[in-house]
Amino acid sequence: MATVAEQWVLVEMVQALYEAPAYHLILEGILILWIIRLLFSKTYKLQERSDLTLKEKEELIEEWQPEPLVPPVSKDHPALNYNIVSGPPSHNIVVNGKECINFASFNFLGLLDNPRLKAAALASLKKYGVGTCGPRGFYGTFDVHLDLEDRLAKFMKTEEAIIYSYGFATIASAIPAYSKRGDIVFVDKAACFAIQKGLQASRSDIKLFNHNDMDDLERLLKEQEIEDQKNPRKARVTRRFIIVEGLYMNTGTVCPLPELVKLKYKYKARIFLEESLSFGVLGEHGRGVTEHFGINRLSGQGYCFSASLPPLLAAAAIEALNIMEENPGIFAVLKEKCKRIHKALQGIPGLKVVGESISPALHLQLEETTGCRERDVKLLQEIVTQCMDRGIALTQARYLEKEEKYLPPPSIRVVVTVEQTEEDLEKAASTISEVAQTVLL
Amino acid sequence: MADPGGGAVCNGTLHNQSASDCHRGNCWKNGVVKESQQNGNSNFYKPFVESFEEAPLHVMVFTYLGYGIGTLFGYLRDFLRNSGIEKCNAAVEREEQKDFVPLYQNFENFYTRNLYMRIRDNWNRPICSAPGAVFDVMERVTDDYNWTFRFTGRIIKDVINMGSYNFLGLAAKYDESMRTVKEVLETYGLGVGSTRQEMGTLDKHKELEDLVAKFLNVEAAMVFGMGFATNSMNIPALVGKGCLILSDELNHASLVLGARLSGATIRIFKHNNMQSLEKLLRDAVIYGQPRTRRAWKKILILVEGIYSMEGSIVRLPDIVALKKKYKAYLYIDEAHSIGSVGPTGRGVVEFFGIDPRDIDVLMGTFTKSFGAAGGYLAGRKDLVDYLRTHSHSAAYATSMSPPVAEQIIRVMKLIMGLDGTTKGLQRVQQLAKNTRYFRQRLSQMGFIVYGNEESPVVPLLLYMPAKVAAFARHLLERKIGVVVVGFPATPLAEARARFCVSAAHTREMLDTVLEALDEMGDLLDVKYSRNRKSARPELYDEMSFELED
Repeated sequence: MATVAEQWVLVEMVQALYEAPAYHLILEGILILWIIRLLFSKTYKLQERSDLTLKEKEELIEEWQPEPLVPPVSKDHPALNYNIVSGPPSHNIVVNGKECINFASFNFLGLLDNPRLKAAALASLKKYGVGTCGPRGFYGTFDVHLDLEDRLAKFMKTEEAIIYSYGFATIASAIPAYSKRGDIVFVDKAACFAIQKGLQASRSDIKLFNHNDMDDLERLLKEQEIEDQKNPRKARVTRRFIIVEGLYMNTGTVCPLPELVKLKYKYKARIFLEESLSFGVLGEHGRGVTEHFGINRLSGQGYCFSASLPPLLAAAAIEALNIMEENPGIFAVLKEKCKRIHKALQGIPGLKVVGESISPALHLQLEETTGCRERDVKLLQEIVTQCMDRGIALTQARYLEKEEKYLPPPSIRVVVTVEQTEEDLEKAASTISEVAQTVLL
Repeated sequence: MADPGGGAVCNGTLHNQSASDCHRGNCWKNGVVKESQQNGNSNFYKPFVESFEEAPLHVMVFTYLGYGIGTLFGYLRDFLRNSGIEKCNAAVEREEQKDFVPLYQNFENFYTRNLYMRIRDNWNRPICSAPGAVFDVMERVTDDYNWTFRFTGRIIKDVINMGSYNFLGLAAKYDESMRTVKEVLETYGLGVGSTRQEMGTLDKHKELEDLVAKFLNVEAAMVFGMGFATNSMNIPALVGKGCLILSDELNHASLVLGARLSGATIRIFKHNNMQSLEKLLRDAVIYGQPRTRRAWKKILILVEGIYSMEGSIVRLPDIVALKKKYKAYLYIDEAHSIGSVGPTGRGVVEFFGIDPRDIDVLMGTFTKSFGAAGGYLAGRKDLVDYLRTHSHSAAYATSMSPPVAEQIIRVMKLIMGLDGTTKGLQRVQQLAKNTRYFRQRLSQMGFIVYGNEESPVVPLLLYMPAKVAAFARHLLERKIGVVVVGFPATPLAEARARFCVSAAHTREMLDTVLEALDEMGDLLDVKYSRNRKSARPELYDEMSFELED
């Protein structure tokens, strides 16, 4: 039965073939021939790969000369003739064999030499040894770390705090933790190098606004809002951040936080506040720029891939917080001294003071540059060396010239600490003045 | 003696460095190392024994099944939380900021919220003593399934520490040998308050750098305050746009970050695979940059000495041969291997008997074997000079704290024998003995253990996430502290427990741990290895039947 049915179907097929129109058969025939041709033709190869013979390849390998791993550095590069400090970098510092008063180390509250800190660190050394031998996730969390984080959170009046073992890494890791590719970040042009590196690692869109210029920032935020309205779905998922420093290291100015907070709520952006200089300096109790302006903080968290802070340093930090809490008068004293030196350094011929009067880290820049950065640096270095000869330790602010986006002009860094007495401040001002006169005029 | 294609050798003695050692003032000729050279036992020519056994199929199936079920439950719980049926414990936005774009997208946190949170109590365990061979763990309990923890106030004392990186056993509470650290703390204080280029270079740093250079047998060295930052801030100073970085698949986050920040092109070769590396090198030199065909400015190979998650040791002789042939530069990160491998503890370079001058950049950290903190970079003098001027860390970051520097100085002198005793060398040898013993016993028991048989980092594979949690919790009950690692630090299906053997572990401690592991292995059924070695290898090792002379 099956074969008859098959044959019957075959007959029908052959009949259909005869009855089909000619163009149809010709078209099908051409298509079949084309398919056969494609099946048997060679695959399309990229000609380049097979062009070089083995001998040519070996020759290329022989001939290639890479650049040297590091370019040569001139012997009188300032960073190679660095200052060596013998002994502790305290108020009376011994630099390159000379005894000077220290106006160069960041020691605002004079805690580098404090015996209570040393005692706390010593107790911690006795109990824990030096290192933690592991990251926070793998038994590197000590009770001292948890204590310090608690105390910091209470001190700064935030929900939680987290500590890193390296100052530079803190902001450079925190920024990419929150701000990822596709997010938008508004940064001040005078932001420090650590922030720049954090932004580079985060791969977000960066929009720079002029230093402390709230109108410029508002303009950028408005532009962004217009963009958002064009694409509301994307806008719902892109996060916005504003990154500012409490006290700018490069210019010594304070950020206008109240205006920033207004802008934040108006344009719905989050604020990242970097307070390495303003913590322990500004505000009545040293809580930083938010206390200075009377504003509340928001919470934040982060993650760390590296060994935790040695416990003796954490214990010392706790003790430092203790001192700061017991002794809030110290901040007013620091403010006074800052104002005093700011006034005393005004009017030095040839040098101008950059920085607000309450900033403990000031810059002294040349009033008129010679036009060439190298010569400026040499002049300032001459001033610094002569000041050191006369017993005042100063340093130039150092930058990586090729790496900074907005390289600040060369300057001498002057750091004020509570340990400096009236006479010290007077002596410093007069020494700098004399030296500047001899060198610059 | 097997010859892994390293180089020409006839009588088993290292002829490439014995002459140069004497005038570098190094005592290698008198002591253990010379003996090993005479016996021809240098690791350059010993067979490289590494194993990465694959798990049986049913294990992989169950692992993925486990993750699948976890994910399903995760969706269910998310649904319950979103619809308000279940209370949500995660961090919430403040009232005024409710209409801001959320900080964490829901999906990014899915894994953290639903899978990691369940077993979170095995990480970040706080301790309250020095991380020595035994330590005290603070007891903590959770009332809401790991969302928050509460300390009961009790301390679990004398837990055997198999988790901290304490290879030479030098992280311990204070004893007389640390007297110099105490003195430095009292004289110098704790902080420096300035960067290296400004006012932050103390005489202590200079002393430390000279000592590190002597320890490693190189011309100069520079130290930094943090190991992670040593990589992430100095690789951008060495390479930039137009250069090529060839990085191993399993490199640490700091190397990856440094490579990304530098702006160079990054190509990845398979883990420890020399064919893959050679192919990349050939293609790079022959074909140049991708579209313009210009030659690359420099090629930098980034590898690590010991890889912390795999326990494998880099194939250094092969890489050095490749680097010389193709004129590339080699950057080796000896974070885990400095102080812990090599006959006198000088790292993988000594382990293989290679001249340190062949390696362009030697990097390492002081956190692991030295019980301190910080990192170093060492090499030729012009390299270090360049770094002093161009490193991001030298210009912007505070320098290392003086007591930490003193601890490193003290430990280095101990290892080098400069304090007049052989205590340092004994520690190094004890570590090697402990490592071999521990690894042998583990593979005899039938666990799958990854890595080289000489590496003190021992990963033991567990695969399933639930077993990972059970393993860590049970062992803590038996007073053994282990570290378990899962995704994202390891591939999804290869969760593992990672042991760090220390010179401070005594034979009894190791035996206690091994017994506990044996029982754990039977309880949780993690003895997956199909190559269980017998405890009496002499019976089947043919070599021993021949008469040795």
